[in-house]
Amino acid sequence: MGEVIVITSGKGGVGKTTTTANLGVGLAMKNKNVVLIDADIGLRNLDVVMGLENRIVYDLVDVVEGNCRTKQALIRDKRHDNLFLLPAAQTRDKNAVSPEQMQKLCEELKQEFDFILVDCPAGIEQGFRNAIAGADQAVIVTTPEVSAVRDADRIIGLLEAAEIKLSRLLINRLRPDMVKRGDMMDIDDIVEILAIELIGVIPDDEKIIISTNRGEPVVTNNNSLAGQAYRNVVQRLLGETVSFLDLHQHHSFFSRLKRLIGFGG
Amino acid sequence: MNLRALLNILTGRQDSKDVAKERLRLVLVHDRASVSPEFLDKIKEEMIQVISKYMDIDEKQTQIKMHRSEGTAVLEANLAIKSIRRNV
Ligand SMILES: Nc1ncnc2c1ncn2[C@@H]1O[C@H](COP(=O)(O)OP(=O)(O)O)[C@@H](O)[C@H]1O
Ligand SMILES: [Mg+2]
Repeated sequence: MGEVIVITSGKGGVGKTTTTANLGVGLAMKNKNVVLIDADIGLRNLDVVMGLENRIVYDLVDVVEGNCRTKQALIRDKRHDNLFLLPAAQTRDKNAVSPEQMQKLCEELKQEFDFILVDCPAGIEQGFRNAIAGADQAVIVTTPEVSAVRDADRIIGLLEAAEIKLSRLLINRLRPDMVKRGDMMDIDDIVEILAIELIGVIPDDEKIIISTNRGEPVVTNNNSLAGQAYRNVVQRLLGETVSFLDLHQHHSFFSRLKRLIGFGG
Repeated sequence: MNLRALLNILTGRQDSKDVAKERLRLVLVHDRASVSPEFLDKIKEEMIQVISKYMDIDEKQTQIKMHRSEGTAVLEANLAIKSIRRNV
């Protein structure tokens, strides 16, 4: 029986879609059978982040309306045979799917896949309710900013009310240089305020933008710190204990310089 | 304490992340309290229960509200006392 994980945030643009794609590919790299559902109806994005936009025939709304069988709508990933995408409908609105339909779909997919990741739209309205309807657990994405953390707090409350059994926090776009200067909230600050288990910290990394340009999630990139951070999150999803990356060490200019001129670091 | 913290004390400056954290803490107190309309009612009810052991409270004239005051959130309760019990 598979596990349904919703990737959600409240605020838009904090990295839900990026996270869904990377965790999906990361789990597939660990030989899990994975399907990604783009629940952001009307604002389809996960397909382009995955580089699968040219292969879409049917979408989520077609599936729930019975225009095709579920299998027909699943798009196989370019590089991983065990990874599939169920794209969002682009020309419909969020009311085209109901929480009950979503729940039924998740139940069906759980029979065949190890992990079903649901990319949630921003907001707390119908789209959010649909996305969490079939979820067993949640990954809440935030950035280290007041507005994003505030929205995350609201989402955590709503997930508790919906009796989602496990919600964990992913802090995205952390900038160790700014944290060091005292100009960005640190991991501990955010975890303390939200009082929730941390599942990962992803640094702000231009390689994410570069890899998104190519439609190849960064998790496959061995030379990217963000890629490594996502691989660690994948291991934690699989129940392994992995220590958190020391982002400061990697990024500090002086430690790099010291290493370069032979002072350790 | 690091050098930056020391400098901040000397100059009276505050790191922007500490400002952010403080603002966030305050705003969440309000968000969390206002998300559920029953939240304050429940506090009121239980407060009256406890205090009623010692004095008679006029529930109708009792008010409880939350507001902001000089950088902290304040829970303000006004309880009208009808009478105080004798042998507490
Ligand atoms: N860790 C990161 N470093 C740099 N850019 C990022 C990072 N995470 C996300 N982004 C960028 O931020 C933008 C919004 O991300 P996206 O995943 O689409 O957010 P959401 O789905 O929450 O709206 C995208 O352009 C993405 O490439
Ligand atoms: Mg998105």
